Amino acid sequence: MSPTASKSKNPLSPKERIKVPRQLMPEQPAEVRAHNFEEVNLGYSPELAQQEALRCLECAKPTCTDNCPVGIDVKEFVQRIVIGDFLGAAAKIREANVLPAITGRVCPQEDQCEGKCLLSKKVKPLGIGYLERFVADYQQRMGTHIVPTVEPTGKKVAIVGSGPSGLTVAGDLIQKGHKVRVFEALHEIGGVLVYGIPEFRLPKQIVREQIDYMREMGVEFETDVVVGRTVTIDELLEQEGYDAVFIGTGAGLPQFMNIPGEHLNGVYSANEFLTRINLMKAYKFPEYDEPMLDLHGKDVAVIGGGNTALDAIRSALRLGARKAYVLYRRSEAEMPARAEEVHHAREEGIDFQMLTAPVEFLSDGKGWLTTARCVRMELGEPDASGRRRPVPMQGSEFELPLSVAVIAIGTTANPIVQSTTLGLGTNKRGYIQASEETQRTTRKGVFAGGDIVTGAATVILAMGAGRRAANSMHQYLTTGEW
Amino acid sequence: MFKIVHAQFLAPGIKRFVIQAPRIARKQQPGQFVILRIYEEGERIPVTIENSDPEKGTINIVVQSAGKTTTLLNTLETGDSILDVVGPLGKPSDIRNYGTVVVVGGGVGTAMAYPTAVALKRAGNRVISIVGARNKELVILEREMREVSDALLITTDDGSYADKGFVTDKLRQLIDNGVRIDLVVAVGPIVMMKAVSELTRKEKIHTVVSLNPIMIDGTGMCGGCRVLIDGKSEFACVDGPEFDGHKVNFEVLVQRNGMYRTAEQQSMEEFKRLQKAEAEEGEVCAATSGARQGEQR
Ligand SMILES: Cc1cc2nc3c(=O)[nH]c(=O)nc-3n(C[C@H](O)[C@H](O)[C@H](O)COP(=O)(O)OP(=O)(O)OC[C@H]3O[C@@H](n4cnc5c(N)ncnc54)[C@H](O)[C@@H]3O)c2cc1C
Ligand SMILES: Cc1cc2nc3c(=O)[nH]c(=O)nc-3n(C[C@H](O)[C@H](O)[C@H](O)COP(=O)(O)OP(=O)(O)OC[C@H]3O[C@@H](n4cnc5c(N)ncnc54)[C@H](O)[C@@H]3O)c2cc1C
Ligand code: SF4
Ligand code: SF4
Ligand code: FES
Repeated sequence: MSPTASKSKNPLSPKERIKVPRQLMPEQPAEVRAHNFEEVNLGYSPELAQQEALRCLECAKPTCTDNCPVGIDVKEFVQRIVIGDFLGAAAKIREANVLPAITGRVCPQEDQCEGKCLLSKKVKPLGIGYLERFVADYQQRMGTHIVPTVEPTGKKVAIVGSGPSGLTVAGDLIQKGHKVRVFEALHEIGGVLVYGIPEFRLPKQIVREQIDYMREMGVEFETDVVVGRTVTIDELLEQEGYDAVFIGTGAGLPQFMNIPGEHLNGVYSANEFLTRINLMKAYKFPEYDEPMLDLHGKDVAVIGGGNTALDAIRSALRLGARKAYVLYRRSEAEMPARAEEVHHAREEGIDFQMLTAPVEFLSDGKGWLTTARCVRMELGEPDASGRRRPVPMQGSEFELPLSVAVIAIGTTANPIVQSTTLGLGTNKRGYIQASEETQRTTRKGVFAGGDIVTGAATVILAMGAGRRAANSMHQYLTTGEW
Repeated sequence: MFKIVHAQFLAPGIKRFVIQAPRIARKQQPGQFVILRIYEEGERIPVTIENSDPEKGTINIVVQSAGKTTTLLNTLETGDSILDVVGPLGKPSDIRNYGTVVVVGGGVGTAMAYPTAVALKRAGNRVISIVGARNKELVILEREMREVSDALLITTDDGSYADKGFVTDKLRQLIDNGVRIDLVVAVGPIVMMKAVSELTRKEKIHTVVSLNPIMIDGTGMCGGCRVLIDGKSEFACVDGPEFDGHKVNFEVLVQRNGMYRTAEQQSMEEFKRLQKAEAEEGEVCAATSGARQGEQR
């Protein structure tokens, strides 16, 4: 029997709980990990997890849950950890989140669950992400996947894109008895989880395990299919007999700054840089064929302040860069990257140049980048995003010697599906229009969610959209009502 | 896994593959390409679809050995498999009735230009084709090109077959002879496409070239294939691969294609060393067997 939330199993009084310090995440030492691609965080032991779980105040109105985009019952799963029922904890999380080993690692917890944890009013918040990761990994190690048996409904669903949104829809709908097939443009399943986020933050083995689990449940995957080109949504619905389609193609197209010298050898988009490293394993060249510029002893800078920027520059460091800079045009307070990544990057020796932006890339005359001409900025009036707008400071120009520059200033909507599907409404920025409650698009039977609807966001928001889409798709499939 | 149902050398170092890829075969249009990856450790490379047979569910590609991946690919034979083939990618050629079109194919570019020539002919154009190659052995698809062309002109660099000279010489002659040309389509080495574009710019003849920058995903995601068109960055895999030759910055294309030369040479040398070891010891070459293993996976 799993315990209920009604009676606390926590032996400590609230006062005692506050006195327990937040348990540190064991990690590879900075000077070691800066030279390898293995995971930075090593994970809690069962003892550390239980010690950390004891800190939860079991609030009557848990604000942590309110601030989790998928509403995980944090209080309840944490109590199960307290009593050592780790599998029960995992089961509780999985009710709301099919990829806990991933979200535990990559959610921006400080803006979500942990950001609103009551403990944070006085002390450090509960390590919700660390605990989530712990139980997910524990369950994986125990090999206790339950493959549910469900009555087949006879309905067929096509999912376009295998990022977190598509995987969530697949996981949910297969458990409701529908036949599910996922179409992916690349040769690997997982979206940004495999081509964007590096090994040292999210080991690919973890993603693979989640996908294997879905395969066991009966989800079919077809790689090397660019929907819109290899087959269209209309063909899937009309010729291949799919009853509904979910589009989760992500925000794909890299943005450039349109400054002189962007075409020089040595200037990368973050997507290309990270795809070479993660998807194509260029960090294992020549064992793998995909080449990468040799970064040993080179000066490298990334332009941008998000997770993508930090992933790129920390990868460059691991590939031997001598100097590794982050050039960000706002101040640290505005950096959208996860707090833990900024902290880790600093420890590893990344040089943060805040309020700085390149205005031109200069070459050696033979097409290779040698220098970035930069300006310093100051913050002016708030802009449309509510953040203070960076304004170049007169006479602040300086030159930064660089061999490689990686541009990580954001992405825009990938248009392939929109431009090949009749009657699919988009907004002015080219993202797909979808209802916020049901994820329905303007096309009957077609749903969409994740970054291709919202613009670049987070893994958990993409999963939340996937969950809502799965629910309304199930309703549509069983009632036929639109 | 994509099965090679037929493989055959057309010329030394140039091989045609017929590959089972029913979805791609159904959708292919002239000017489009696939991206393929031979085996798990392999890189992704783009190759134009030379022809397709929707009924049989097959596509044809013609590959010239350039470096490791293409050389390795050209060791594969009928019955082998390619791990990944994705497509059709890129914008199809803009096929219309222009009037008189000159299709210029240089080297393996002839195979890339062929489907476009067929479609242009079908659309009612008068098609004059110019095929150029380094020497006699490297002239490919002569019969096929002859079939779709109202006239076929051939040049070899060394004069070992047909006329000695470059494709631009033939184009020059056509212009000098007063042939009214409404469009030139040029596919081949960058230097050739550049020379053709320079010639036609002076003559004010609209010219389309097919660019071959380094690619990875082929869906517009990585931005690695960016080319400079009229001073603006465009992504060849989604905005191209065909562009107005008069607007292309060919110097930047050459420069960017040289970005990985050191690594490419290292790959090729290692591959040759393994191939040599295989030949000497009669052992299975590690790299080739990697590709072969693909089949069992
Ligand atoms: C480098 C990087 C680091 C990040 N770090 C974090 C982090 O730490 N925490 C966090 O919460 N978020 C992070 N994010 C953001 C997060 O990864 C995304 O918000 C999330 O992955 C979006 O999920 P999605 O399902 O919408 O699409 P994606 O993950 O983008 O997946 C879309 C998939 O669809 C495929 N596809 C596209 N077009 C087609 C087509 N036409 N046919 C078939 N398939 C297609 C793509 O190949 C891809 O596999 C990061 C993003 C990047 C790039
Ligand atoms: C749209 C398009 C269509 C093409 N069609 C054909 C075709 O029909 N037949 C054919 O033989 N070749 C074609 N190519 C060229 C072919 O992709 C390259 O020859 C091949 O990638 C070289 O790989 P490699 O490992 O053998 O040689 P490498 O030693 O790696 O490279 C040799 C040269 O090829 C180019 N190259 C390297 N990697 C890539 C890559 N990932 N993408 C593109 N170019 C690269 C570089 O300029 C390099 O200097 C096409 C290229 C493009 C972009
Ligand atoms: S899914 Fe993310 S936001 Fe929700 S509880 Fe887990 S770590 Fe927090
Ligand atoms: S807000 Fe914090 S202390 Fe309260 S229940 Fe949630 S995790 Fe526990
Ligand atoms: S190949 Fe990646 S964007 Fe064109």
